[in-house]
Amino acid sequence: MAFRPETAKPINELANILLFEPNSLSRGERELIATHVSCANECLFCQTIHGAYAAHFLGDEALVLQAKVDPEAANLSPKLKALLNIAGKVARSGRDVTADDIARARAEGSTDIEIHDTVLIAALFCLCNRYVDGLATEMPESLDYFRERVPVMAAQGYQMPPAPAVTS
Amino acid sequence: MPHIALPEGLPGIRGPMAFRPETATPLNEIVDILLRGPHSLTPGERELIATVVSAENDCRYCQTIHGAIAAHHLDGNEALVRLVKVDREHAPISDKLKALLTIAAHTARSGRDVTTDDIAAARAAGATDLEIHDAVLIAAVFCMCNRYVDGLATWMPDDPDFYRTRAKMIAEHGYTASTVAQPRVATGTQGAGR
Repeated sequence: MAFRPETAKPINELANILLFEPNSLSRGERELIATHVSCANECLFCQTIHGAYAAHFLGDEALVLQAKVDPEAANLSPKLKALLNIAGKVARSGRDVTADDIARARAEGSTDIEIHDTVLIAALFCLCNRYVDGLATEMPESLDYFRERVPVMAAQGYQMPPAPAVTS
Repeated sequence: MPHIALPEGLPGIRGPMAFRPETATPLNEIVDILLRGPHSLTPGERELIATVVSAENDCRYCQTIHGAIAAHHLDGNEALVRLVKVDREHAPISDKLKALLTIAAHTARSGRDVTTDDIAAARAAGATDLEIHDAVLIAAVFCMCNRYVDGLATWMPDDPDFYRTRAKMIAEHGYTASTVAQPRVATGTQGAGR
């Protein structure tokens, strides 16, 4: 993102609207969707940082770990499970989302905009995961990097300039 | 039929973009910068990258519209665009573009599938760091757009002339103008986007 700030700006704006701005889905729920997709795509950086954000908002790291690999068994609302199911399908292919997946989400109380945002959050992370891994970016070795990012993002959202390179 | 109640008559990505204009603005902006901004790769080359990735992802709407835009930029050569989609190694395009298309196709599968050999081949064919960056990011952006279009089961017209007309409009006016209301099309089949 620092290499090409012109393209970083709309990516950050999109992430901010979808994950941070007011929504009927909580910030924790939306970060969990991002984390689940990043885990499905095996993107270590994205699942670590967004998992840390999700844990911050939900106050439960163990729940995030379980939601990454087995959301159906996790202590989550039936609505969020249905949305995570849609997000997991989107991660494979948009064409894998079925009318039954949508009907299940609706039956659990999801609105059209929640379904829309779930699909777009999942699609956005299919972008971010590939951007991060396709350029073989460096993963910080210390978890402190991720812990330090959490309060900054929680306070300011995704509009901030890219963080400087980690030196520790 | 689309999975959610999208505005009628707007094909492909334009339905959900009209449904949620807040997210449409940055989506259009990133596509416009990557595909139409000043660049050492031509708009036709960059549209080919978008088209190949959309074909890899089996997204009919995106490969049709971006294939039409690519052809528009490449002197109307629709046969070349079709050949690049199915057999790019034998297409009359530069070795550099072939190498960038390989990087893009690997990115479409997974970012982890891009190898140091892929990057070395692109460099040997003369690709710059910015061109490699943008090949990866164009591919990643279309992995998003393809999923957005198909994940909501959007509608698309069947008439190829619709895409030719629209391609000319986008080539001349860009993507950031595309959320402005356009004349609604009368042809097409509900659910054809699937």
